[in-house]
Order: sequence, then C-alpha cells, then structure tokens
Amino acid sequence: MTKRILMKGNEVIAEAAIRAGCRYYFGYPITPQTEIMHYMALTMNKAGGTFVQAESEVAAINMVYGASAAGGRTMTSSSSPGISLKQEGFSYIAGAELPAVVVNIVRAGPGLGGILPAQGDYFQATKGGGHGDYRNIVIAPASIQELYEMTVEAFNLADEYRMLVMILGDGTLGQMMEPVLFRDEEPIVESTKEWALTGHKGRDHNTIQSIYINPDELEAKNNELQAKYRAIEVKETRFEALDTEDAEIVIVAFGTCSRICRNVIRQARDQGVKVGMIRPITLWPYPTEVLSELAKSDTLKAFLDVELNAGQMIEDVKLAVNGAKPVYFHGRTGGNLPSQKEILDLIMNIHKEVNQ
Amino acid sequence: MIDYSIILAGFGGQGVLSAGKMAAEAALIEGKEVSWFPSYGPEMRGGTANCSVVISDQVIGSPVINDADVLIALNRPSLEKFQSQVKPGGIIIIDSSLVKIETSRQDVRFLPIPSSEIANELGNMTYATVVLLGCLSAASGCFKREAFEKALYDVLPERRHHMIPSNLQAFDRGVNMVVTQ
Repeated sequence: MTKRILMKGNEVIAEAAIRAGCRYYFGYPITPQTEIMHYMALTMNKAGGTFVQAESEVAAINMVYGASAAGGRTMTSSSSPGISLKQEGFSYIAGAELPAVVVNIVRAGPGLGGILPAQGDYFQATKGGGHGDYRNIVIAPASIQELYEMTVEAFNLADEYRMLVMILGDGTLGQMMEPVLFRDEEPIVESTKEWALTGHKGRDHNTIQSIYINPDELEAKNNELQAKYRAIEVKETRFEALDTEDAEIVIVAFGTCSRICRNVIRQARDQGVKVGMIRPITLWPYPTEVLSELAKSDTLKAFLDVELNAGQMIEDVKLAVNGAKPVYFHGRTGGNLPSQKEILDLIMNIHKEVNQ
Repeated sequence: MIDYSIILAGFGGQGVLSAGKMAAEAALIEGKEVSWFPSYGPEMRGGTANCSVVISDQVIGSPVINDADVLIALNRPSLEKFQSQVKPGGIIIIDSSLVKIETSRQDVRFLPIPSSEIANELGNMTYATVVLLGCLSAASGCFKREAFEKALYDVLPERRHHMIPSNLQAFDRGVNMVVTQ
C-alpha cells in the first residue's frame, strides 16, 4: 500500500494490533478510547481472532493473562480510570512474565475526572501502579503514524522480553485524524513461546505462576526480573532530539505536548532564542543519559519540562540533570492543553532569567 | 510555506466534523500534511460541535489551534466563541442564513454566505457545508476543486457516487459567492 489514508488514532491502534498478529482482544468501553474496541468488534472476527467485550476492566486484563499464557498475541485497551482497575492484572502479568500489550488513552483525573486529554498517568505507567518490584515498557507515540508503527513494535517487544508493553497516548492522539501509511508486510518477529501452556504432548508440562512461597526462590525470581529490566534499559531506550546542539533551553516533553512544543521551538528561534527539545519515546526505560549529557553542556542554560499534569516526568528529568542546571516546569491539568503562546512567553522569561 | 489552520463550528448534526474531514481529505490528495481534531465526548444533535483542521506542507506540530487562519461558523454561538481566535488578516465565513449577526472583528475578511438557503435551493440541506467548503477553497486556496472531487470519490461509498455532481454544484456555488464578494 503506497497511499496515505486519513484515520483516527484509536482506529489506527486497533488496525496496527491486528496487523501485528494480535488475535485476542478483550476490552470494556470508556471514552476517549472506545473506538479501539469498536474497530476490534468490526474486524477481529474477520481476521480469525477473538473479540470479547468483557464484563469489567478487571475481567479483560485477566482474559489477557489467560490468552497470553496460552501463547496468543493479545491486547486490552482502556483509559485512565479503567487502567487503574487493571493494575492488579499488570502485576500478575509481570510476575508470571507474560507478553501483553495494553493501551492507555489517558484522560484527565483524578477519580472519574473528565474525558479530555491528559498525561496524569505518567507515575502510574512508569513507576508501577500495581504491587511489587516490576516494570512495564512504556511507549509514548506523538503522531498517528507513530501510533501505528509503535503498536506493531509493542507486540514484538512484549514477546521478546515476556512482559507488558504499554502504549501511553492521550485523548488528543486517540481522537485526532492524520494520514497513516501502512506497510505491505509487518516486521513481525515470530517467537516460539516454548513456555506457553499449549498442552504437554510429549514434553514436560509448563507452569505459569507468580507465586513463590520460598523467599530465596522469590528473591532469585526478583533478581532475574531486575537483570532483564537492566538489559532493557541499555537496549530499548528511545528518544528524539530536536535542535539540541546549539540550544540554550531544552524542552522535555512527550506525546501531544511535544507536538505543541515543536511549534514553539520554531517561534522561539524566529525571535533569536535557541530552543531545542528532547522527546522521550520510551517513558520507561527513560532516556536519562542524553539529559545527563546535555546538562553538562556549556551552551545549555536551563531545561523546561512541559506536561499535561501537575509535574510527574519532571522527577525523572531532575534525576537525570542532577542539579547541574535549573529545571523549569509548565503543566496544565483538567483536560486543558497549553497554548503555544503561554509556553513561548515562559521561554522568553526563562531566557531573561538565565542570562541575567 | 503553506500552513492553514481552520476551525469549523456549529450545532451537532450540521455536519461540521464531516466537512472538516472532507477538507483534510482533499488537502491530503494534494500531498499536503493534514490533521483533524474534533471536539469529542458528550456531544449530541443540537449541542455544539467543532473541529480543528491543519493543512501544511511541513510536518504538523500542534493539531490544536490557538490562532486560526479561517473560521467557518454555522451558528451564532460558534461565531461569538471563536471569532477572537482568528488571526488578524484571517477569514471568517458564516452561514448567513442561520447567523444573523456580523463579526465584531474589523481586521479580517468577513464572508457571510447564505449556504443553508443555497442548499435548500439545491434540494439537500446537507449541502450547506459543501457550499462553505467551496468558499473555503476559493478564499484560502488550501485545497483545489479537483482534489475535493477526488476526495468525494474516495470517501463516499459507491452507492452514493451519483450524488457527486450535485455536491460539486454546491461547491461551485460557494466558490462563486467568494468570487463575487
């Protein structure tokens, strides 16, 4: 296919999942991601797969656990309050080392909150949410084309590392339309999944569990998981650097926020202020190293972290910068998006302040 | 550099979201970058609806518009709400069959187009937005008639293709309204 077609973000995620070989989808409706379910309901059967509208979010994530244990490529999707309900399942999936893809099209919280876009689930997505020492790979696309490509990749990563991979979007990405160019063939990495529960015909039976009563066994399991996470930090950290080489001020922003900031960079440079951006693509593993390196640069005077929350990723930015340079913050909540002008005005103020 | 940001707004059910999508489809056919972002959530027929469309020859940053080049307003609340967001020198198009006031802005090109009356003449009220798309095309140049025609063939199911000539007629009426103003 060489023609770009105009599609809604949520529909692109569902189409990407099916193209990536996802054949088991379980979900429960919630705005602003319900179009994922809707598209799955229309197309999953035609693809020879199974679509279930579960009785609850908790049921859906446990169906994912089961389908994954049986060796299937599987996914669930929801939005913030629904994702909160799934956290127990995330922890069990991590403990049992099962591949799964989860999409969170974030809306404004806390509580039922509102239905408009937000990034207030950063802590929950990157620092746990469920119990115990575990990590999920968290990918933050910023365009419809990226939603497609990164959803396909999420399935490969989930299989490779036997873990949960989360696509963290927001209401803007889910609801907007942009052109998408689909590949003729998806780069699916086939996995043999010798651990899967497929019936032990002629082999020893497999066990999938997250319970280890013996503390030494459980500690060994934890060590194994941590070793896996360390390897992922080295190998799978992704970010985009934009105009950072000569930048005095570097913005750190992901997803929808990074798009608004992209325009601001152009406007600031038109006014003679050299601004760049680091856009984390993986939120875990976090691109700590590039920020630490930038913080050492003589040209760089300050960082500006911009988020659709009250300040969450800024903790990771500050850990990376480690006091070497000031880190400013601008955030909006409630479903509001920052205007380009308010970010630009802030940059001009920071520019004045750091050059005094 | 081509970079148009367009806000389309009106009552739910008037077809503003579809009209915005058609503008994006037409611009996409011309090889441009496009984005379409709707107001979403508890929308209903009779409530308000709007969408933002960005058409550019470069990668689009924000799909959310703060300063619009063009506002197309299909009801009075939409004109009142969004007119302040139009850039100086921008364009405000209204359906003057439904919006009985003028813009308070002196620094924009104001195009009151009786698109609902024209659609009524053509025998199909849904053509009101098509008339306005004709205005948009003629007044801003953000996509051409040929691209709009191709987009109709792409978007409409084949059983609706017999309606394309009348859609184009509505489009041309919109173009002519701009040329004669």
